[in-house]
Amino acid sequence: MRDFPDWIRFPVADRVDHAMRWVLNNLGWFFDWVGDVGLGILISVERALLFVPWWVAVIGVGVLAWRVMGSKRSGIAMAVLLFMVGAFGYWTHAMNTLSVVIVAVAFSITLGIPLGILMAWNNTVRNLLTPILDAMQTMPSFVYLIPALMLFGLGRVPATFATVIYAIPPVIRLTNVGIREVPSAVIEASTAFGAGRWNLLFDVQLPLARPSIMVGVNQTTMMALAMVVIGSMIGNRGLGMEVLLAINRVNIGQGFEAGISIVFLAIIIDRVTTAFAKAKKVEASTGEDTETEEIEEEAEEEGSPKASA
Amino acid sequence: MSNQSESIGGAQAAPPSAADSGIAVRAHGIWKVFGRNPERVLEPKYRDLPKKELQRRTGCVVALRDVNLEVKAGELFVLMGLSGSGKSTMIRTLLRLVEPTSGTLHVDGKDVGAMSHKELLEFRRNLVSMVFQSYGLLPHYTVLENAAYGLRLRGDEKGEREARAIEALKMVGLAGWESYYPTSLSGGMQQRVGLARALAKNPDILLMDEPFSGLDPLIRRQMQDELVDIQEDIGKTIIFVTHDLPEALKLGDRIAIMRDGQVIQVAEPEEILSNPFDEYVRAFTRDASPARVFTASTVMEEPEMLLYRWQGPLTARTEMEHNKREWSFVVDRKRVYLGVATRDVIERLAKEKRTTVEKDDLQYLEPVKPDVIIEDLFGLVSSGSYPLPVTDDQGRLLGVVRPRAILNALSTEEDDA
Repeated sequence: MRDFPDWIRFPVADRVDHAMRWVLNNLGWFFDWVGDVGLGILISVERALLFVPWWVAVIGVGVLAWRVMGSKRSGIAMAVLLFMVGAFGYWTHAMNTLSVVIVAVAFSITLGIPLGILMAWNNTVRNLLTPILDAMQTMPSFVYLIPALMLFGLGRVPATFATVIYAIPPVIRLTNVGIREVPSAVIEASTAFGAGRWNLLFDVQLPLARPSIMVGVNQTTMMALAMVVIGSMIGNRGLGMEVLLAINRVNIGQGFEAGISIVFLAIIIDRVTTAFAKAKKVEASTGEDTETEEIEEEAEEEGSPKASA
Repeated sequence: MSNQSESIGGAQAAPPSAADSGIAVRAHGIWKVFGRNPERVLEPKYRDLPKKELQRRTGCVVALRDVNLEVKAGELFVLMGLSGSGKSTMIRTLLRLVEPTSGTLHVDGKDVGAMSHKELLEFRRNLVSMVFQSYGLLPHYTVLENAAYGLRLRGDEKGEREARAIEALKMVGLAGWESYYPTSLSGGMQQRVGLARALAKNPDILLMDEPFSGLDPLIRRQMQDELVDIQEDIGKTIIFVTHDLPEALKLGDRIAIMRDGQVIQVAEPEEILSNPFDEYVRAFTRDASPARVFTASTVMEEPEMLLYRWQGPLTARTEMEHNKREWSFVVDRKRVYLGVATRDVIERLAKEKRTTVEKDDLQYLEPVKPDVIIEDLFGLVSSGSYPLPVTDDQGRLLGVVRPRAILNALSTEEDDA
């Protein structure tokens, strides 16, 4: 009597399989096309990254970090980190990984910000999207590999697809939060002067939500970088593949080198994008740092249930 | 009662005609009910229930109850009430920032309630401006861009809107601050930007929702004075919301007092004070110290004697002797105030065989304007040995204020209360 009775069963797995098969049979041509285009983009980005001589990239990152972070020491530190990735022998792998991250993040932003705007405008959309976003972030990330594999086969396109699904929630959430936290007094005043919905969006809501949105972009980037390793399970090469190979061979040294390279990339991207968001913010609103900081903290809490889970 | 509110029994008032000239805003039978199915509150079985009872039975909150108002063009009309009285809701219905549940609104002869979304945007962009208690400035725009924002929404060319915005900023005393961001400005200056933004598009009607409530008293006072000046210069219709009686009395041509979503009295400031409609209004006015309510114009008297500039010193001396006076105010042909002549000065001029009394000969006692409140006159009256001359904007002598008159005004007021 304690066990759940056998005769109550709602097999969802069959239905999901069935739906997936239907999609493949009827929309296969579409996913083939998306896959081709996606692959083209990924390869061009990777080629562009590899085209840049390594020393130009190292110096470039150093100068960029110095400019946005405002200290020479951090600039040198970032350059050294990138140099170390090359020194471990992972330059090409790192550029491969980076190309997937760049494409996935670009896609997440172009899709995520409009979705976040819709979510902020419409409570129904928000109530609909919130549980979906929760599910996307709590679902074990390996699960995304299966549909990605079925739709796009092996390689970096399905890895990018899985990365987008895994990494898009923060930018959607924080766009929504940022827009909703725009003071109603400013909205009301602009409305009183005849601002329509689009005037409000571009003149008021997006500029004022920018700090929050930038935090979302930063989190999305970090999550994309984390997912790229998992994506190597379905044939994405790059740093993730090196980690995976090291695990299979129980090669601790190699695993450490590849792993630390990913950490270095993550640090560089995180510090530079964070500093970039802050620099823009200070420029926009002098003397109101405390207030925006608060918003950021709240936004961070809401944006990452994983941190608390 | 002579000051019976224009709104009591407003349901029977004549329906508004849009074409009325000289009427800037006409609100007729405005209701605003918050809650589910707000329309049902207008049904006969609910509409006369008191606010609390109605909330208990329907779950709806009445913010405005059958409000009828007429604001004349060029008038500074004050809506006054405590928080929750519906005054802010009322002013927002004029722009449909709050949609009234029922009633008709005509602003500038246009039926606001009947406007389509597009017409409403045009209406907000062109005819009416609003100033808010919390400023509502865009923090990522400079002072200039903020002041020009209304014009940008309207579609003005960049050069033109900046020229107009600069002009408006000059009007509110912010010339030279164009390139600053609002957050680096004090509250008073931010509200000036808000005012400049409203004035820049040269609206027919200016709506002000407690614009000075967030400012400290001195700045507030200064802003009030400047608003009066601006109003005199541009002659706009202004609807001004406040919870502060002295402010209402100082600024308003007419004041509407609101309570629980209803307008309970509309009258000129003096009448509100001398003849409060009911206990509620009386309670308001009791808080207002007479020293802050009465102005120089209410206590000034005719001067006991006047000398005219063209009168020679000999005539003046005779006149002084005749009136047994040691001094006199001197005015010119248009009664423009020139100064004070003492007996000694007149004697000296007579010795010098002068034929007229010139301004340079006189002692100049700084005159006050008729709208200065009594509180501000205390120091001036007690420090000098002469009464205070009161002059209008052209400098003409209207009367004089004597210390005794001030004391009288204060004491009689106390007896009444």
